[in-house]
Amino acid sequence: MSNNASQGIGKVIFSSSLGTLIEWYDFYIFGSLATVISKQFFPEEQGTAALLSTLAIFAAGFIVRPFGALVFGRLGDIIGRKYTFLLTLVLMGGSTFLIGLVPGYKSIGMLAPILVLLLRLVQGLALGGEYGGAATYVAEHSPPGRRGYYTSWIQTTATLGLFVSLGVILLTKMSMSNEAFNAEWGGWRYPFWVSILLVVVSIYIRMKMKESPVFTKLKKEGKTSTNPLKESFAHKANLKMVLLALFGAVMGQGVIWYTGQFYAQNFLETKAMLDFEQSRTIVLWAILFATPFFILFGALSDRIGRKWIMILGMLLGILTYRPIYQMFLDKTDVSASAGATMLGAPSVRYEPVKDRPDSIMITSTEKQFADGIKFRETRTDTMFANPIRGTHPGNTTYTEKRLPTDTYWLFVFLVFLQIVYVTMVYGPIAAFLVELFPTKIRYTSMSLPYHIGNGVFGGLVPFIATLITSFKGATPLSGLWYPIGVASVCLVIGSIYLRNKKDENILD
Amino acid sequence: MNNLKRGLGIIWMILGPASIIFMIWQAADKIGIAREQVQLATSAAAKSMAASNATNTILQWAIIIAVFLPIATGLVIFGKYAMAGEYDRLPESSQEL
Repeated sequence: MSNNASQGIGKVIFSSSLGTLIEWYDFYIFGSLATVISKQFFPEEQGTAALLSTLAIFAAGFIVRPFGALVFGRLGDIIGRKYTFLLTLVLMGGSTFLIGLVPGYKSIGMLAPILVLLLRLVQGLALGGEYGGAATYVAEHSPPGRRGYYTSWIQTTATLGLFVSLGVILLTKMSMSNEAFNAEWGGWRYPFWVSILLVVVSIYIRMKMKESPVFTKLKKEGKTSTNPLKESFAHKANLKMVLLALFGAVMGQGVIWYTGQFYAQNFLETKAMLDFEQSRTIVLWAILFATPFFILFGALSDRIGRKWIMILGMLLGILTYRPIYQMFLDKTDVSASAGATMLGAPSVRYEPVKDRPDSIMITSTEKQFADGIKFRETRTDTMFANPIRGTHPGNTTYTEKRLPTDTYWLFVFLVFLQIVYVTMVYGPIAAFLVELFPTKIRYTSMSLPYHIGNGVFGGLVPFIATLITSFKGATPLSGLWYPIGVASVCLVIGSIYLRNKKDENILD
Repeated sequence: MNNLKRGLGIIWMILGPASIIFMIWQAADKIGIAREQVQLATSAAAKSMAASNATNTILQWAIIIAVFLPIATGLVIFGKYAMAGEYDRLPESSQEL
C-alpha cells in the first residue's frame, strides 16, 4: 500500500475509533458506578432492591441495544454510514451528560429513577447503532488481506473505553474524600460531565470524515437497499447467516468478553471482597497488558482465518474459568482470622434495633496476616435489653481486603489471561461479520447478531450470574455456569457449522 | 460432516424451548421464595421491604424471559434450517445471499 493510502486508512481508523471509544466510555461509567448510582437514585432503605434495580437498568441498557442496531442499522444502509454514526455519537454524549445532571431520589423522588432509566435506554439505542457503523466504515476502507488487522483497532475501543472509564472514576475518587465522592452532587457525577467535552471533540473529527467509498459507489449506481430490515431478516438465505453468526460466534464471544472484564471485576469486589481501589487497578493493569493482543489476533486472522482463533478463545475460557475464580477465592480467604495480627485498636459503635429496646454492637478491626494480606473484620452482635438474654454473637464479615504485592500481580495475571481470551474471540470478529453480509444490508445484518450476542448474552453475565449464586445450594463459583454453558454451545455450533473463510471481496 | 450438521439440528430445536421452560421453572421458584418472605415478615417495615424485593424479582424474570423468548425461537429456526441441510454448503460470496 502507498504511503498516502496508509495515511488515509490511519486517519479513518483514528476518527472512527475515537468516537467508538468515547461511546463505550459513556456506556461503562454507568455500570462501573452502579453501587453509588443505586444509592442516589433509589430509596436508601432498600439496599439490595436498589442495587438490583440499577442492575436491571444496566441490563435494560443492554437489552435495547438490539433495537438500536435495527433502527440505526437500517438508517446506515439507506442514508450512509457517516451520518448515522455521527447521530449515535450525539445521542450517546447528550444522554450521558444529562444523567450527570439528574437530581437524586432525595430531591425529586421517583422522577429520578424514571429519568435515569429513560436516558439509559437512549444510551443503549445509540450504542446499538454505533459499533456496526464504525466496523463497517473501517472494513470498507481496508484493502483485501488486511481487513482483520485494520478492524482490530476498532475492536480495542470497547476494552479501552472500559479502561478510560475505570481510570477516570479512580482518579476522581482518589482526588477527594469518600463523602465528597458519594454526595448527591459529588464527584461520582464528574465522569458523566467529562463526557460532553470528549463528544464535542469527536463530533468535530467525524464531521470531517468522508462517506465509505464502497457505500458511495453503491449509492451512485442506485443499488442501495430500500428495505434493509426485510432483506436482512425476511430472506431465508440471509437470515440463516444471521442466525449462524449469532449462535456460532457472537453469542460465545459476548459471554467471554463480559466474563473476562466485567464479571472479573465484579467478582473481585463482591465475592473476593477486595477493596475498591485494588479491584479496579488489577483490571486496569490487565487491560493495559492485554490490549495489544487485539491487534495481534486481528492480524493473525488475516493469515490463518478467523474461525479457529475465536473457537480457541472460547475453549480456553470454558476450561479455565473455574480454576481461575477458585484461585481468587483461595488467595483471599481470611476466615481463619484468629492467626492475624491486629493493626490498631478495634472501633466499636452501637445502633438501636428498630421497634425493639435491644441494640446492635458493631466491632470493626483492621488485621493483617503474616503473608501481608490486610483486611477489615466486622462483628455484629445483638445486645438484648433483658440482661438474662445477654449478648447474642452475630455474623463476622471480612471486607476491604488488600493483597500483598506478589498476590496482587498474580491476580493481574489471572485477569490478563481472561482478557487475552477476549482478544482472541473479539479481535477477528468485526472482519468476520463484515465479510458475511453484502454491502447494501451489511450495517443492519451485522449489527443485530452483534448486539444480541454482546448486549443480551454478554451484557446479562453479571446479572444472571448473580441470580444463579442466589439459588439454593449455590457456591460463589456457580454463576460461572452461565458463561461456560453459553460458550460451550457456541463452540460446538461454531466448530461444526462455520467455515474458516477469509472473504477477499466485500465490494458486492 | 453434513449428516452431523443435520443430526444436531434436532438438538438445537429442542434446546430452544427447553431453555425457556427451565427459565420459567426457575422464575416460578424464585418468585415463590420472594412471596414467602413477604408472608414471613413480622414488622411492617420488613414486610414492605420483602414486598418490594418480590416485585423486583418478578420484574427481573419477566424481562429475562421476554428477551430470551425470541432468541429461543431463533435457535429453533436455526435447528430447522440445519436439519433441512441449509448449512451443508455455505455461500461462497455474499452475491449468493
